[in-house]
Amino acid sequence: MTFSWTLIWQTLPMLLTGAWVTVKLTTISVALGILIGTFVGIGRLSRRRAISAAMLVYVDFMRGTPLLVQIFLVYMGLPQLLGFPIPPYVAAITALSINSGAYVAEIVRAGIQSIDRGQTEAALSLGMKPRQAMRHIILPQAFKRIIPPLGNEFIAMLKDSSLVSAIALEELVRKGQIVIGRTFRPFEIWIAVAVLFLIMTLTISRLVAWGEKKLRVGD
Amino acid sequence: MANGIPPVAATEARPAAKNGTQPMIRVENLHKKFGHLHVLKGVSNQVDLGEVVVVIGPSGSGKSTFLRCINMLETPTSGDIYIEGIRITDPAVNLPRMREEVGMVFQRFNLFPHMTALQNIALAPLKVRRVSEKEAEERAYQLLDRVGLRDKAGAYPDQLSGGQQQRVAIARALAMRPKAMLFDEPTSALDPEMIGEVLDVMKALAGDGMTMVVVTHEMGFAREVGDRVLFMDGGQILEENTPQALFSNPQNERTRAFLSKIL
Ligand SMILES: Nc1ncnc2c1ncn2[C@@H]1O[C@H](COP(=O)(O)OP(=O)(O)OP(=O)(O)O)[C@@H](O)[C@H]1O
Ligand SMILES: [Mg+2]
Repeated sequence: MTFSWTLIWQTLPMLLTGAWVTVKLTTISVALGILIGTFVGIGRLSRRRAISAAMLVYVDFMRGTPLLVQIFLVYMGLPQLLGFPIPPYVAAITALSINSGAYVAEIVRAGIQSIDRGQTEAALSLGMKPRQAMRHIILPQAFKRIIPPLGNEFIAMLKDSSLVSAIALEELVRKGQIVIGRTFRPFEIWIAVAVLFLIMTLTISRLVAWGEKKLRVGD
Repeated sequence: MANGIPPVAATEARPAAKNGTQPMIRVENLHKKFGHLHVLKGVSNQVDLGEVVVVIGPSGSGKSTFLRCINMLETPTSGDIYIEGIRITDPAVNLPRMREEVGMVFQRFNLFPHMTALQNIALAPLKVRRVSEKEAEERAYQLLDRVGLRDKAGAYPDQLSGGQQQRVAIARALAMRPKAMLFDEPTSALDPEMIGEVLDVMKALAGDGMTMVVVTHEMGFAREVGDRVLFMDGGQILEENTPQALFSNPQNERTRAFLSKIL
């Protein structure tokens, strides 16, 4: 049996629809993850013990348990509590974004802590409230520094999102399985799937490097 | 901060503020410990309206800590600090509100690197005093004039020399129209040729009647504009006097030892 390029061309449209779902899923989840992670990351640095401890529990849980288990927990566990089923799409985005939020929280926390204390002190000495110092002085500077690790997080999430194939969401990996079920050509299809992932991750890392350069002005 | 300016202290009215008899800054038996390290051991002093007080002393004697306590960047372990009669060591005090009245200039400038010189100066009036954008900008330009840097309005801190950065930092503090200014070794991170331009700005400020507390080893500055010099060592004020008297006729043994090294 030889490697069939024809087969790849024939199945490519189907795989591309899967890749598109992967991109959407990852983008939405990481965007929500950034929103969650910003608040959790700041919360981790709170002087109030109850807040920082609660945030730490969340971060530890999300980073210390398999994403697959988290996906099952949301997709199959939650409906038991709620009394109604959750569509795979909603479950996938929920699980991925709360997982991503934990990783982003650590990125945000490290970014904030990397900013010189003198910046906060200067802001406070001008009469700014801690909240204002965070918003106008610390976060804008931290933001530039967290672009590269956020890019890595995006790439990691792009790959990990394939786990939602386990709840029959038709992203790239799931699409690959379906195509294989019809064609019985696993070698070509898995190669094609891998290459599509590679194209996506390389594109993102280039974009991040470019964005980083653009933002370096005034640092 | 819904309407107007809230009272500085929740528990205390403003007694005799602005009538000139109340000292600008009063420090009573101030102690500060960092863990087991006892850094300030009972510092008491007061600074009157328009007075320029210079603080000198060996490294590690607690000069910075003393200064940082005055606007509560460090929380005193015990003792009290009053600004125009208001006890700012009161836990109920509105610290941001109080800090609006006391400007601070740091050894390492601490300009905001993501903002231009103009934005650095205009930010606090905009966000804290809530003046209009137009007014904040006008005020910033006036202050840039005052420190001789109008043409650098659009420059980012890393495009400025150390001396220029420190002048912008002074302008930034002045933009809040503070009643007193604290300087923590404002020239000691500068190349020698830039020290003069910063000291000139500070001298002009003193000439305008600003109340100032300045930690510095610039004895010329102390002589020229200082009303009083405090010598600190081991977390205490060991000696204080007019610059002339303290430099020419130090009473304390340790003051003498310190001055002989530095003069
Ligand atoms: N945040 C801190 N935590 C622990 N120790 C501190 C802290 N800040 C200052 N210290 C210690 O307190 C002592 C006094 O420090 P301070 O900075 O007030 O001295 P200084 O007189 O300003 O010295 P210098 O002339 O070197 O600036 C030093 O031993 C210093 O190490
Ligand atoms: Mg110091």
